[in-house]
Amino acid sequence: MSALHQSLAWLKPAPRDFRARLKAACELSDPGNALRALGSHALGSDQLEAVSRALRQMPEAVAPLQPFKLGLLGNGTLDYVQAAIEGTGPRFGFTIRCVRGDYDQVLQEALSPTSAVSAAGVDAVVLALDYRGVPLQCEVGREQAADDAAGRAFAYIEQVCEGLRRHSGAVPIVQTLAPPPEALFGALDRIVPGSPFDLVQRLNRRLAATFTGAEGLLLDVARLAETVGTANWFDPALWNLAKAPFALDWLPLYAEHLCRLLVAIKGKSRKCLILDLDNTLWGGVIGDDGLDGIVLAQGDAVGEAFLSLQSYALALRERGIALAISSKNEDAVARRVFREHPEMLIREDHVAVFQANWQDKATNIASIAAELSLGLDAIVFVDDNPVERERVRQALPAVAVPELPDDPALYARTLAAAGYFEAIAFSEEDRKRAGFYQENARRAALLAQADGLDAYLQSLDMQIDFRPFDGVNRARVAQLINKSNQFNLTTRRYTEAEVAALEADPDVFALQVRLTDVFGDNGMISVVICRPDSAARWEVDTWLMSCRVLGRKVEDMVLREIVREARARGVGEIVGVYRPTERNGMVRDHYVKLGFEAMSVADDGETRWRFSAAVELGPDVMRVNRPAQDLEAAE
Amino acid sequence: MGDGDTLARITAVFRDVLDDDDLSLTRATTAADVHGWDSLAHVRLILAVQKAFNVKFSAAQITRLKNVGELVDLVEQKAGAAGVA
Repeated sequence: MSALHQSLAWLKPAPRDFRARLKAACELSDPGNALRALGSHALGSDQLEAVSRALRQMPEAVAPLQPFKLGLLGNGTLDYVQAAIEGTGPRFGFTIRCVRGDYDQVLQEALSPTSAVSAAGVDAVVLALDYRGVPLQCEVGREQAADDAAGRAFAYIEQVCEGLRRHSGAVPIVQTLAPPPEALFGALDRIVPGSPFDLVQRLNRRLAATFTGAEGLLLDVARLAETVGTANWFDPALWNLAKAPFALDWLPLYAEHLCRLLVAIKGKSRKCLILDLDNTLWGGVIGDDGLDGIVLAQGDAVGEAFLSLQSYALALRERGIALAISSKNEDAVARRVFREHPEMLIREDHVAVFQANWQDKATNIASIAAELSLGLDAIVFVDDNPVERERVRQALPAVAVPELPDDPALYARTLAAAGYFEAIAFSEEDRKRAGFYQENARRAALLAQADGLDAYLQSLDMQIDFRPFDGVNRARVAQLINKSNQFNLTTRRYTEAEVAALEADPDVFALQVRLTDVFGDNGMISVVICRPDSAARWEVDTWLMSCRVLGRKVEDMVLREIVREARARGVGEIVGVYRPTERNGMVRDHYVKLGFEAMSVADDGETRWRFSAAVELGPDVMRVNRPAQDLEAAE
Repeated sequence: MGDGDTLARITAVFRDVLDDDDLSLTRATTAADVHGWDSLAHVRLILAVQKAFNVKFSAAQITRLKNVGELVDLVEQKAGAAGVA
């Protein structure tokens, strides 16, 4: 059973209070956006049924959702399919109304100019037939008989489509037939003309050769059923009981695939894939681990996982999807991987827009879209970090942001299963398009300010935890001190024994910082060491921070904590030092941003800064925890 | 597991599937007594009950069911047989 496909794992799981939220959305005077947001979760078939029921109580147009009238003809019970399709519509920006014919009256509906489907003015018609709904039997073992049988079934489908085109004026969407899993011979089924498997394959080949473009479109149910397993797809008990054409577990996936096709018909398929770098395109953090330290290699299980995402992205580029990069990194450090790492598959000239900087990603993505003259609804953004994903979803709801599994081996499969780039045609122009983006792209001018960043930070409900160095966390402190390269003001390295000595030194202020937010515990994310240089001053010997929590005002909170402690100990001034290295360019302006005053610049580029402990500080921007004994010591 | 417990859990499943928080069931309740419990919903209800209790019914058992009480008994019989109770 494919859990990925059954649970639509690229979508966020449905909220626990789904039904309450649906009711709340329906009571809004303007429910369109709320329905779309709710529908963009991975809804199960009962939840889709609830959405479809809610939509049926509303007018057909629920702005900004676009009304879509869909004819639905086929064999078996189509009520479940209909509810799933209508319930899935809002995820794709539609309010879909299905128009159905009478039970098992496919040909009659299609050929009569006055039938429900013919008269409704539908935008498209789905022909939901399976192997039980077409005349597809013949004597086994005779080539001519097999060919004739497939021909008869094909002629039947063509006749239905001809009727639909003539009377409804709508484009027919024809399903390929999933082969039933019950073998007649075994392996011979593929070889003997007229075996049930052979007949289905013959018909599918003819359908695929015919239904492209103006003739109609193909919904490849055969591929879908094969992907999840035809023995899972077909449920004989359910067929006997309710004539449901496939197991209800697959309704969400089926409806999702159909809706992708409707989106493609409307010309709204996505066109650009924006990729994060660290732990998305390679394992590790380039700024900390360096060119030799990141994981990206053939012959290494983890390295190959990242390569498979790279190679899938390149294949998408070949078919006309633009690639772009958005990463929190130094531009030169990030580009060096593309230029010099021997295992990199994606190279700089594959990338239409390359944004490696320390800005908020939502801001960068908006500027990439502008640079490529694409709407935000044409963008897919892939990032391993759930905080970045959520930030982008909140700031730019039109951008598609797939959930990713923990294991990078499944990144490519998950992105593929999400089906953002569904197309109904492939042309020479598509083949060249990625190149067009390249030529036109120049580095985007970055938008100055992030929209609603403060509101976003609020929604993260961050809690910061300050405590002095201690034995329990000593190893982790030492590890951070020896590993951090980018957000590291002085890059001084200390052994575990030296860290232990700092714990015991009463004159030293040695601070470890943890951060939790709505997504969970980020662990230890910052370390600060202050040493007295004279009776009234502290010099910041070490200040480092994990890049994971950049742009979240952690630095501001840490400064407040330093000042608080300095005051408690009667220290009047804090001196900051920046010692430039190849890797820590991002904190060059750290102290000036925090409001320090410049003191001196040395020949080797070292800068010194001062900050008075008497300066009035603004309010806390997040909740603060301190261990009890620390409070007592400070008082 | 006691009778009341199974009935309460089945009621919760029915509320979810039929999207009706006010729904209440007794052993004597039949499809005719419940708004929305038609033959289509019946299949969805049975599938959801099977999933919730991790049991599987045959078509014969499903079509024989006359009221909620019989469904409760069937669930308990199946769950008991599987050693879940």
